[in-house]
Amino acid sequence: MIHDATSHAHPHLAPAPAPALAPALPDHADPAGQAPPADHATHPIGVYLKIWGYLFVLSTLSYLVDFFHVQGAARWLLILTFMLLKAGLIVAIFMHMAWERMALIYAILVPPLALGTLILLMWIEADYVFWTRILFLGGGE
Amino acid sequence: MATAIRNDADEPRGPAQALREFTDDWASDQETFRHVHWGKAMMWIFLLSDTFIFSSFLVSYMTMRTSVTAPWPNASEVFALTIGGQSIPLILIAIMTFVLISSSGTMAMAVNFGYRRRRGPTAALMVATALFGATFVSMQAFEWTKLIREGVRPWTNPFGAEQFGACFFMITGFHGLHVSVGVIMLLIVASRVLRGHFDRSGDYSAVEIAGLYWHFVDLVWVFIFAFFYLW
Repeated sequence: MIHDATSHAHPHLAPAPAPALAPALPDHADPAGQAPPADHATHPIGVYLKIWGYLFVLSTLSYLVDFFHVQGAARWLLILTFMLLKAGLIVAIFMHMAWERMALIYAILVPPLALGTLILLMWIEADYVFWTRILFLGGGE
Repeated sequence: MATAIRNDADEPRGPAQALREFTDDWASDQETFRHVHWGKAMMWIFLLSDTFIFSSFLVSYMTMRTSVTAPWPNASEVFALTIGGQSIPLILIAIMTFVLISSSGTMAMAVNFGYRRRRGPTAALMVATALFGATFVSMQAFEWTKLIREGVRPWTNPFGAEQFGACFFMITGFHGLHVSVGVIMLLIVASRVLRGHFDRSGDYSAVEIAGLYWHFVDLVWVFIFAFFYLW
C-alpha cells in the first residue's frame, strides 16, 4: 500500500486507523474522527495553574539560595534539585510528555543521555588544562 | 499503513518525482510515532537537535570555567541592580525568570483552549504569551546594554576571567534569539487562530506545536538560570 496522502496532512481527521493495531497501550486516537485527542482536551485548566504555581515556588526557592548566600555542596545540591524539578514539570505537563506514547518519549528523552559522556570527557579535559596552566604556564598569566 | 515497496526503480524519473519520493520516505516517521501529528513529531526532533546545540554551549562554558586560572566573576554581583539605594543581587534575572515561566503558563492554557476549539481564549492567551516573551527580550536588551556600558566584551571584562563575556553573550544571545523567533511565530499562529484558519481545517495542532517550541525556550532558560547565573 502506497502512502495515504490525506493521513499525512491531518491524522486527526483521518478515519481512526484500526485501533485494533495497538489495543494494549493507551490509545490517543480520536474515536470520532473529528474530535481532538481526548487527553489534550479533558485536562482542566486548573492543572496548568497548579504547575504554574509550583514553577513560581521552585524559582523563588532557587533565587533564595543565591539571596541567602548558601555556599558549597548545599548550594549546588539545591540548585540542581530545583532545576531538575522545574525541567521535569515543564517537559511532563506543559509539553504533554506524560501523555505521549512510549515510542515518542524514548526517541526524545534517551538521546540526550549521551551528553553525560561529553560532560564527563570535557570535565576531565578541563581539569587537565587547568593543571597544565598552573604547573607549566605560570598560572596562565 | 504498510511500508511502500516500489518496483519502479528502472523507470525514468524527473527531479520532481525523485524529490517527492524523498519526502515520502522521510515522512514515514509517523508509522513509528503512531497517532502523533506529523508536525508535532518533527517539532520534537527539532527540539532534540536544539537540545544538543544548547548543551554544547553549556558544556563549553563548563570547560572554560573549570580550566581558567583567573577567578570567575561572581554572577550574583555582576547582575545586581540598585533599586531605591539598595543593591539587590540577581533581581533582574529573577524577574526575567518569572516572566518566562508566566509565558509558559499562558501558553499551556492556550494549547488547552485550542483543543477545545475556543478561538477567542486561544488567540488571547497566545498574544499574552507573545507579550511576556517580548518583555523578556526587552529586559535582556537592558541587561546587555548595562553590561556593555560596564565594559564587558567577549574578550574582556572588568570583573575577572576573560571567558565570562564570551560565554555570557553566546549563551544568552542564542537564547534571546530563540525567544524573539518564538514571539514572531506565536503572533503568526495567533492571527491564524483569530481568522478561523484552524476551524476550517479542523486541526488545531499548530497551536500545540508552537507551544512545544515555546516551552522548550522556557526549559532552556531553567538550565541557563541554574548553571550560568546561580552556579
